[in-house]
Amino acid sequence: MKRLLPRLLMAPAIGTLFLWMIVPLVMSIYFSVIRYNLMQPDQVGFIGLENFEYFITDPSFMTATMNTLLLVGSVIVITVVFGTLIALLTDDPFPGRNIVRILLISPFFVMPTVNALLWKHMMMNPIYGVLAQVWMFFGFTPVDWLTDWPLWSVILIVSWQWLPFATLIFVTSLQSMDREQLEASRMDGANYLQQLRYLYIPHLGRSFAVVVMIEMIFLLSVFAEIYTTTGGGPGDASTNIAFLIFKQALLNFDAGVASAGALFAVVLANIAGVFLIRMVGKNLDK
Amino acid sequence: MAYLQLRGIEKTFGEQRVIKGVNLEVQPGEFVVFVGPSGCGKSTLLRLIAGLETATAGTILLEGRDITNLPSSKRDLAMVFQSYALYPHMSVYENMSFALKLAKADPALIEEKVSRAAKILNLNDYLMRTPKELSGGQRQRVAIGRAIVRAPKVFLFDEPLSNLDAALRGQTRIEIAKLHRDLGATTIYVTHDQVEAMTLADRVVVLRDGLVEQVGTPLELYDRPANQFVAQFIGTPQMNMVAAANLKALGSKSGLKIPEGGYVGLRPESVILVAPGEGEFEAKVELVEALGAETLIYVSTAWGAQLVARQTSRTPLTAGANVGVKIDTSTAHFFDAKGRVAAVN
Repeated sequence: MKRLLPRLLMAPAIGTLFLWMIVPLVMSIYFSVIRYNLMQPDQVGFIGLENFEYFITDPSFMTATMNTLLLVGSVIVITVVFGTLIALLTDDPFPGRNIVRILLISPFFVMPTVNALLWKHMMMNPIYGVLAQVWMFFGFTPVDWLTDWPLWSVILIVSWQWLPFATLIFVTSLQSMDREQLEASRMDGANYLQQLRYLYIPHLGRSFAVVVMIEMIFLLSVFAEIYTTTGGGPGDASTNIAFLIFKQALLNFDAGVASAGALFAVVLANIAGVFLIRMVGKNLDK
Repeated sequence: MAYLQLRGIEKTFGEQRVIKGVNLEVQPGEFVVFVGPSGCGKSTLLRLIAGLETATAGTILLEGRDITNLPSSKRDLAMVFQSYALYPHMSVYENMSFALKLAKADPALIEEKVSRAAKILNLNDYLMRTPKELSGGQRQRVAIGRAIVRAPKVFLFDEPLSNLDAALRGQTRIEIAKLHRDLGATTIYVTHDQVEAMTLADRVVVLRDGLVEQVGTPLELYDRPANQFVAQFIGTPQMNMVAAANLKALGSKSGLKIPEGGYVGLRPESVILVAPGEGEFEAKVELVEALGAETLIYVSTAWGAQLVARQTSRTPLTAGANVGVKIDTSTAHFFDAKGRVAAVN
């Protein structure tokens, strides 16, 4: 009786969570093993793993997988490297530091779609974009970023959005840096680069791990930036797995193949996750 | 010729003058302790010597060489920090060899120096551990080891014992004293604890508000304090300070000229309690602190003065008892109205 009541009281919350997690997963699994194309509503029934075969043999599949990994990897590298540099640069007090910090963090408040539109029209447009103006000022031919460098444009846009997050985490971490350790290293004769290598970078290790993990979770499913700017194109040059699933479901109306793709994305996320956790997990133990 | 010399050192932080002109000479092999209440500038003075702060005015000479504007690493000094400031991501060995490694010393030489320092400090079994796997006392020893390995001209200690518990503090104090005797290295040690100052120092520098109040051997400071501040700062329990006006009777009895408006300082052992009526004046016992080896008795006189007496024998007195007080005038200190030592004869 004593155990029953608390369990009973917790049941609604646990039940909701369970349903919330399990129902979509089970439905995805169910849809992925049946014939379910909105264009051919008459053809139904169990087809085993055929949807997976379709998804994996799709000519865009390899490109999309590589694009996903490239996007996630590049954005993580860019945000971690530049985030560290910016955090170190703004670590020492200077007049107006708080305003600078707020400005540095503000891109994170911009919605992904708005962010993508800003870059598409105001920065990267080959005729009236800011970058085109800069190029013309120096006498170069403006670059049509979204056509010529579609994936790198998306990477740039997403990096701009996520750089503040990394910076914020590193700035807070640097504030807990022990001043006496830095002084001790100064007395030991360490210059700034040596302090960076032996003190700052090891100190930031845990924050690196946090940034890499969180960014990975969010960047595997980048969608709005691609949809708003390149639409996955030209061809499938900037299509990632999330966008490919969207194309299967809402452009090809094939819910079955899209579900199979969604399950593949889960597997991909887990594989990437295992590698990353292996890589950075050591830091979290400390 | 002094080994380390400070000449007219001043330091201002913004509007605030923290060090107001300090002159000091340290002889080779000497153990000098800076002591003073918090905010007196003792740590700042040490940091100025270490080169972690730059002096606003004045010069610092080490072996006749002007080091006032040299970076810390070029000064040939090593410092033990209050928090030890061990590098948390390195093993004990790496911590101790860091300076030599940065100086690109020969690995065999590094190995030899580190193992010698580790042997002195009993750290051989811990060389491969990281600082967080060590106890407070061991961390302390690693911090000292890091300084020893560099074989500096002067060792600087910034309140190194304040993070240890009382028992370990006493033990480490003895170890530091022994280490200094073995190495014979010139040492400057900052503390706010006057017991540490008295037990470790060859000479003590008492600081207040950025100025040196007195420099001397521990017993000189105890026996001949230059002013009221030093007199009250050195010694526990504090020296009794009685307004001279209240001790006129004492003056007439002993034939001493007590300065007008000044104070008489009496060490607790100069206050002797006797049976009522036998002393120079009467008092009432307020509190008895029996510490075993010694007994502290706090008494108050009819004219409102509080005195503490120290005696090595135990006492049957309890709070509320009436006693007579006798003063050993030969060990009394006399100060004028400004707190300076006054001549009384």
